[in-house]
Amino acid sequence: MYPIVRKEKLADKIFLMDVKAPRVADSCLPGQFIIVKIDEVGERIPLTICDYDREAGTITIVFQTVGASSERMSYLEVGDSFMDFVGPLGQPSELCVEENLEETKQKSIVFIAGGVGTAPVYPQVKWLKEHGVDCTVIMGSRTKDLLFFVEEMRAVAGQLCVTTDDGTYGFHGMGTNQLQALVDEGQKFDHCVAIGPMIMMKFVCKLTKELGIPTVVSMNPIMVDGTGMCGACRLVVGDKVKFACVDGPEFDGHLVDFDQAMSRQAQYKTEEGRAMLALQEGDTHHGGCGHCGGDK
Amino acid sequence: MGDVLVRVPISEQDPKVRATNFEEVCLGYNKEEAMEEAARCLNCKNAQCVKGCPVSIQIPDFVAAVKDGDIKKAYEVISQSSALPAVCGRVCPQESQCEGKCIRGIKGEAVSIGKLERFTADWARENGIKPQGAQEKNGHKVAVVGSGPAGLTCAGDLAKLGYDVTIFEALHEAGGVLVYGIPEFRLPKEKVVAAEVENVKALGVKIETNVIIGRSITIDELMEKEGFEAVFIGSGAGLPRFMGIPGEQAKGVFSANEFLTRNNLMKAFKEGYDTPIARGKKVVVVGGGNVAMDAARTALRLGAEVHVVYRRSEAELPARVEEVHHAKEEGVIFDLLQNPTEILVDENGCVKGIRIIKMELGEPDESGRRSPVEIPGSEYEIDCDTVIMSLGTSPNPLISSTTKGLDVNRRGCIICEEDGATSKDAVYAGGDAVTGAATVILAMGAGKAAAQGIHEYFQNK
Repeated sequence: MYPIVRKEKLADKIFLMDVKAPRVADSCLPGQFIIVKIDEVGERIPLTICDYDREAGTITIVFQTVGASSERMSYLEVGDSFMDFVGPLGQPSELCVEENLEETKQKSIVFIAGGVGTAPVYPQVKWLKEHGVDCTVIMGSRTKDLLFFVEEMRAVAGQLCVTTDDGTYGFHGMGTNQLQALVDEGQKFDHCVAIGPMIMMKFVCKLTKELGIPTVVSMNPIMVDGTGMCGACRLVVGDKVKFACVDGPEFDGHLVDFDQAMSRQAQYKTEEGRAMLALQEGDTHHGGCGHCGGDK
Repeated sequence: MGDVLVRVPISEQDPKVRATNFEEVCLGYNKEEAMEEAARCLNCKNAQCVKGCPVSIQIPDFVAAVKDGDIKKAYEVISQSSALPAVCGRVCPQESQCEGKCIRGIKGEAVSIGKLERFTADWARENGIKPQGAQEKNGHKVAVVGSGPAGLTCAGDLAKLGYDVTIFEALHEAGGVLVYGIPEFRLPKEKVVAAEVENVKALGVKIETNVIIGRSITIDELMEKEGFEAVFIGSGAGLPRFMGIPGEQAKGVFSANEFLTRNNLMKAFKEGYDTPIARGKKVVVVGGGNVAMDAARTALRLGAEVHVVYRRSEAELPARVEEVHHAKEEGVIFDLLQNPTEILVDENGCVKGIRIIKMELGEPDESGRRSPVEIPGSEYEIDCDTVIMSLGTSPNPLISSTTKGLDVNRRGCIICEEDGATSKDAVYAGGDAVTGAATVILAMGAGKAAAQGIHEYFQNK
């Protein structure tokens, strides 16, 4: 069992947890992910690692409730345990590897984080800061209430820009608008890392392609085992089929087929929706309308 | 007593009934039936059946014990050679191994060795009989990577020899392909797999789940930091293969591994489990192996009309005859000598059909099977909402890429000797990680050989 030692509600539907998993904490690096399973009936949920403490043997995860399993996950409290917690999975971020450090130091790096994507961006920026690399971070959300990690990020970023779509905090606009504004001011970037919803990464890549900035994205497709067995997480990257769990999760954003990835991500939307309804409404979803199958 | 040339019939669930449930198809012998079937054994001096068994079970001895009604003794005989008899009795291809060599089979039907093994193992479990562990520990620590058939066998054999064995399993449940791959209706998970895993634990083997070797910890670290003196790699097959035809990324196209893992490991077919599975109305399974049969029969049970599309003819189907027979009985439709050329996709990115071309058999290829050739102009379409690709796997690079000095061949499979020794000192391997996708019993044979190899390594050290 893997006990939860800290829990915070970061924003509406967004939660942070520190989970004791010494083997994972011992070997993980920024960019990698874990898979968590609440109990016997739970799904295997892949989540990017947000922070780790090797001494305490803990891993920090941040998640947003989107389906039945993540909703149930949000009900867990400090002292409760996950039945399963495995990792680290996937390749570490290429930026956060000691061997590449000299090369990385030569680069002017900009991170663009959207929504919950702020969480996996944080350990990368922190690792780089600890290794003497200052980066620009653009982090954004729809509105002020959904922002989190602003102060934490400010402590590790060389330059921090916060954006909200509705202008309730920081720059009024999206991450892409902010990047364009920085470039227009004369700032130069030669490496971009974008992590967030697929639609956001798609538009960042469209812009950085025009601006000629090489861009890495972290993909979060549907997975089952996450160890290179099921093939559910396959993506088309530059006409090649890649498996996010073993080849990724980070890929060259200019080569990823986002439209296909977004379509595949919606594969179980209806099933997920039904499971969510069943969870929220309990026994009330019976009888059925004759179309939904609730009567069967 | 019936005709000695014919097997004692075994009871099975009615095909119409079982096509709608996940209960086991074969119901097994009772004691009287088993004793009667065992009496058909000629108890050959130079037993051919033993030579056909990859783990060399002393078959005539255990069958003789069954004939005498001494099932406990029969179990003890089997346990000397196999750690997973209830599994093997169900999923081994006996017709091409022990039973394929049975002298009874020349004139009549071979003795039902597999069904007798199954009966013996089930009887032992129901009567609480456990295999015997080592009396004394020898203090040597061995790590086993993967808890599938190769790993469990290797671990069990080493534990019996007194080694301190820990199995590391990447998934949340022990059993490997026995848990995620082979469906409940062929191999019950709680009753059979979990019980045999418990038996291996009863020999003193420790199992640590949720540890992915090559990521959580490497093989070199296991040896340098955690004090393991030898390692056996039984990490299994790997990444699913796809055809590379248009439409393969559409919603509704799955690898057999994904479909089966959702259903078996994650229990998506059961009420109350969170993991979703696509319950197609019309499903096309591409491929003709045992995994394809498992996927087809699973989709059928989830309520679909199921077609198996295979490019060669029935004679070349790699699946066991029994599995093909069961699939047909249950209503799976076989579209043989046909091959997909494109998956048709609707405006929402979902599968709406599959384009198929008919084939004929040409000259034999390097595998000795006649290679299929397309018949020009024979293309047609099948409407369907789900396509399951069951085309085998290619090795997972995780362990080979993180272990110094471990050689792999050009296909990425680990290279090893007959006793499992790899290019790296004290590291042994076996099962699908070495051979590519094969059978449970071949993996067990490799696990057994490697246990012997590791034992000899320590003795010569």
